[in-house]
Amino acid sequence: MDYKSTSMSRLDQKTIFIIIGGFVIFPFLVSDYYIDVAFFFGIYALLGLSLNIVLGEVGLFDLGHAGFYAIGAYTTAILNTTFHIPVLLLLPVSALAAGLFAYLVCSPIIHLKGDYLCIVTIGMGEIIRLALLNNPFGITGGPNGVFGIDSPTLGFFEIDSSPKFFFYIWTVVLLSILGLIRLQKSRIGRAWNCIREDEIAAEANGIDVRAYKLLAFVLGAALAGVAGNIYASKLMIVSPESFSFLESCLLFCIVLIGGMGSIPGVLIGSAAISLFPEIFRPFAMYRMMIFGLAMILMMIFRPGGIWPRKRGAIERSGFPLSTLRKQRSLANP
Amino acid sequence: MQVIFEQIINGLTIGSFYGLIALGYSMVYGVLKLINFAHGDFFTVGSYLGYTVLVFGSALATSVFGLWGGIMLATVLAALGVAIVGVLVERAAYRPIYASGRLPAVVSALGASIVLQNLIMVIWGPRYQAYPANLIPNMHLQLFGFNITLLQMVILIMSFILMLVLYFVIQKTLFGAAIRATALDRDTAALMGINFNTVIRFIFILGPALGAVTGVMVGMYYRQISFTMGWNYGLKAFTATILGGIGNLPGAMFGGLILGILEMLGAAYISAAWKDVFVFMILILVLIFRPTGIFGEKIAEKV
Repeated sequence: MDYKSTSMSRLDQKTIFIIIGGFVIFPFLVSDYYIDVAFFFGIYALLGLSLNIVLGEVGLFDLGHAGFYAIGAYTTAILNTTFHIPVLLLLPVSALAAGLFAYLVCSPIIHLKGDYLCIVTIGMGEIIRLALLNNPFGITGGPNGVFGIDSPTLGFFEIDSSPKFFFYIWTVVLLSILGLIRLQKSRIGRAWNCIREDEIAAEANGIDVRAYKLLAFVLGAALAGVAGNIYASKLMIVSPESFSFLESCLLFCIVLIGGMGSIPGVLIGSAAISLFPEIFRPFAMYRMMIFGLAMILMMIFRPGGIWPRKRGAIERSGFPLSTLRKQRSLANP
Repeated sequence: MQVIFEQIINGLTIGSFYGLIALGYSMVYGVLKLINFAHGDFFTVGSYLGYTVLVFGSALATSVFGLWGGIMLATVLAALGVAIVGVLVERAAYRPIYASGRLPAVVSALGASIVLQNLIMVIWGPRYQAYPANLIPNMHLQLFGFNITLLQMVILIMSFILMLVLYFVIQKTLFGAAIRATALDRDTAALMGINFNTVIRFIFILGPALGAVTGVMVGMYYRQISFTMGWNYGLKAFTATILGGIGNLPGAMFGGLILGILEMLGAAYISAAWKDVFVFMILILVLIFRPTGIFGEKIAEKV
């Protein structure tokens, strides 16, 4: 059964074409500075998508996501500067490293619920940051970080200028979005959403809650590792201050401002987080204050996010999720 | 032996800071189930207010009230000021969102934290500020052959008294009973005639005021304060809250003390640079084996 009505999808296609067209001609119209802003918008979009898997799809509170991002970035930086492995080749390696790390770290803590999981992920993120800062075995370079990372090269084609990086990151974002949309509609995506709505019901229906939660963490971390690789190759330097607790908080906000589990929402949220400080640059020292105020106002007036995920798809297929939730909340407030 | 004892005293001092901040977290969490990320910044605002009073009003205050009177005045003014800030933040950033669930409130709390932090930066400037030197005479007391500074004694006694006062307020007064009832079951409490908003406002007076007092004590102890320090203390205090069992007031205080002692012993015997790693490791281990914290569900009801 096709969930979308045809007129809706045609409208969507038209808008999508306009947006993609705008993105393609955008770098030829503006200066390198704005292209770089758009590049970081892309990085945040990728990170937001990766956290969205954990927080949006499964509903696990992860406030240490910058840690996985750091693992990806440092894997690339260290392997590239010491062994001179091409950066592009390290892209899957970073993803694997971050994913493997997530698997090892999250296996023992995955049974924790809600706020307890939240504080443990905060602790994990802080441990990673402090470990990088303390320079274990002399490989992370301490507070200075690792510098001199190569640009990504594909044969003779070197990604070295701002417009090239712009197209690089947005290609990766686009591919990730296509993959994630497929994932959302798959058996895995439905199992995740089921866990988010009601863990006990999910378990009673034969979903291996533990395995699916771990899978979400591993996939989310791997995608964050990819973002870390691209970030490292763009900046050519990684240092611990880029992966602070504030960074994890911003990622958390991206997902919530956009709307939990909604891919267009993540894009809007990351646009808000990355473009807002640029737009309000004239306000100088007041700009972060305005940023905080905007976050509060946003949640007062649109608590579900700017573009919340539609529930219609599942409900029309005969499983009235919202009614079920209403009954539960009445019975068990 | 000497070193261990002195490290424990240092740890208790820092631990009482964490504990006092953790009480604010714990009360808000108990009633609202909200992690109040702005709480660390209430503490910073308190520290800066105390700084302003001590620097600009110290000559006047100490000539009228004497040295201890001046410090007391700074503490009380800071507590009052931050209580007002707390009530305002609750009114503006949290109350409109209670109905829409927990996650929007987290974003709003983070927003409030960013606003407060930058407000401090705009008012007092981005650089470090220093409390006046030797505010409390730099005396050492000999206790069973061990050294304790006078300042540490004052901090320990003061936090002990505050803790007792808070415990009394929560356990013995009518307001405390209202808070406990609301924490147990908000709807039933409302049916019994307890005004939810009044309870919340009361909590947002108590918690931030405690945070402010801690802020002034931290200022006197370390002398150097910065507008971003709320993050770090807030994070540690929140860790203490979880360690002691979230929503449990004596647990929060003990969690803070344990955290402080572990941190100091870790710094002395393992490595100063890795002490925070050590603290978070302990936290994760405790949560793996006791998922509700050390005192979770064991000591008394949740507040």
